[in-house]
Amino acid sequence: MNLILFYVFAAVLVLAALGVIAVKNSVHAALLLVLCFFTTSALWLLMQAEFLAIALVLVYVGAVMVLFLFVVMMLDIKVEPLREGFIRFLPVGVLVAAVMLAEMLMLIGVRSMQIAPPADPAGHSNTAWLGEALFTRFLLPFEIAAVILTVAVIAAVMLTLRKRVGIKSQNPSKQVAVKASERVRIVKMPSAVRDVAAKSEATP
Amino acid sequence: MNVFEPLRNYILGYGDIGLVVWLVICILCVAVPVILAVAFYVWWERKVLGWMHVRIGPNSVGPAGLAQTFADVFKLLFKEYLLPARSSKLLFVLAPLIALVPAFAGWAVVPFDQRVVLSDANAGLLYVLAMTSMGVYGIIIAGWASNSKYAMLGAMRSAAQVVSYEIAAGMALVGVLICAGSLNMSDIVRAQAGAHGLLSWFWLPLLPLFVIYFVSGVAETNRLPFDMAEGESEIVAGFHVEYSGAPFAVFFLTEYANMILISFLASVLFLGGWLSPFPQRWPILGVAGWWWLFAKAFFFAFMYLWFRAAFPRYRYDQIMRLGWKVFIPIALVWIGMAGVMVYFGWFGLGGAQ
Repeated sequence: MNLILFYVFAAVLVLAALGVIAVKNSVHAALLLVLCFFTTSALWLLMQAEFLAIALVLVYVGAVMVLFLFVVMMLDIKVEPLREGFIRFLPVGVLVAAVMLAEMLMLIGVRSMQIAPPADPAGHSNTAWLGEALFTRFLLPFEIAAVILTVAVIAAVMLTLRKRVGIKSQNPSKQVAVKASERVRIVKMPSAVRDVAAKSEATP
Repeated sequence: MNVFEPLRNYILGYGDIGLVVWLVICILCVAVPVILAVAFYVWWERKVLGWMHVRIGPNSVGPAGLAQTFADVFKLLFKEYLLPARSSKLLFVLAPLIALVPAFAGWAVVPFDQRVVLSDANAGLLYVLAMTSMGVYGIIIAGWASNSKYAMLGAMRSAAQVVSYEIAAGMALVGVLICAGSLNMSDIVRAQAGAHGLLSWFWLPLLPLFVIYFVSGVAETNRLPFDMAEGESEIVAGFHVEYSGAPFAVFFLTEYANMILISFLASVLFLGGWLSPFPQRWPILGVAGWWWLFAKAFFFAFMYLWFRAAFPRYRYDQIMRLGWKVFIPIALVWIGMAGVMVYFGWFGLGGAQ
């Protein structure tokens, strides 16, 4: 049963990945990439790496790809100019592909030489295990990664936060703090209503 | 569940096919009541809004207008549905289904009672978060595939809004999982059991996170006062402006199923799920059971309608400001507070410990 499911998901994954680079419409490509992430997470679930699988859906499908789509849908990309350099860039592409293939083969070789992953002694779920490992053995790398990400976030905000002239922006706390006396001026006027009423009564 | 044990054993006796059949039966046992609940929730919404506006609300079809929703659904199903000429046909048809799937998938890990849950997954909380974050795809795809300006604007608004509020909701959930010490939904409920009834639930120590979670839930389901995706007064109906007939009904169903799901999640995570609000030692009132969960979920579902009737709509920049500049900082501070509370043992740490 597991094997059948694995092959089904793997086939979908490969087809979707091919589709990402083959389809003409960039929005369709982005959606196929979403499908890729989703089937990958299904494969990981089959291997009982539930935390990684759900984190992949949560981070990549739920957030990153939404923003990706957001941008891709806004752009009106012409396909023709993008295809022009295909032959010119082919050698570079082949080189990168070859290096990646070699790396993957090496990784598989290293993995197969190792013994099977250690059985979990305490019977924890792998989420709890991952959490313990991250916050004890790998605390320093974890913290460093967190700092780097925070710096990246602040930098991204600072880059887009530029003052431009001629833009009207609102200051909500100023808006809330406003008093009626600053906006409306009550003008005292001699009442003229009674005169009009008296006249209109008088005319007939 | 012992009543169903012989049936389960009989079906599982057929091997793999039996397993699939049994799973389908279990899923239908949750999905069909959800669909019915949506139908009655729509009726209840119209009634409540009617009363709040000093009107009567639906009262003609069936007793007290109860069959009104069913009549509406049949009307929608028999209507012609149109495909815009220059739309992206496949995606246009797929979009309502893509929206529908996460709304129902989330129910898999909601615990209705002790051991009454479809999947008692270890990473249940993360799973729920992942499913609710996928709901936005249906909206984005619908907006883009329609090839219409209004639909596109609605989709863009919705994407930005849902991603923003997901962060706030996720941070609120971090507080819950710090206090419960587990990602399993049933464990989270068990961690809230205590001698003081409703005072030992998470809503009290995590009050800011509780408020943030529910308001973010309202924003994530695109309900009033955060209904930027639809925005009837400015972009007609937003992402589903081109939809008619049955696909429109599916969008409608999705929205209400999501609202009910958020109501259940808020009750499970912050209001002690199936636990009784009264101390356990009280004779009848202290007994825990699914009816408490349903009562709590009903309370939240009613809050949705109350918000709709009571609050004017937010402006778009106000929505973004509320999410990023108010909710996220408060949630971050209170996550720290939750850590301190757990560290000093201010409230009983149940679940994993």
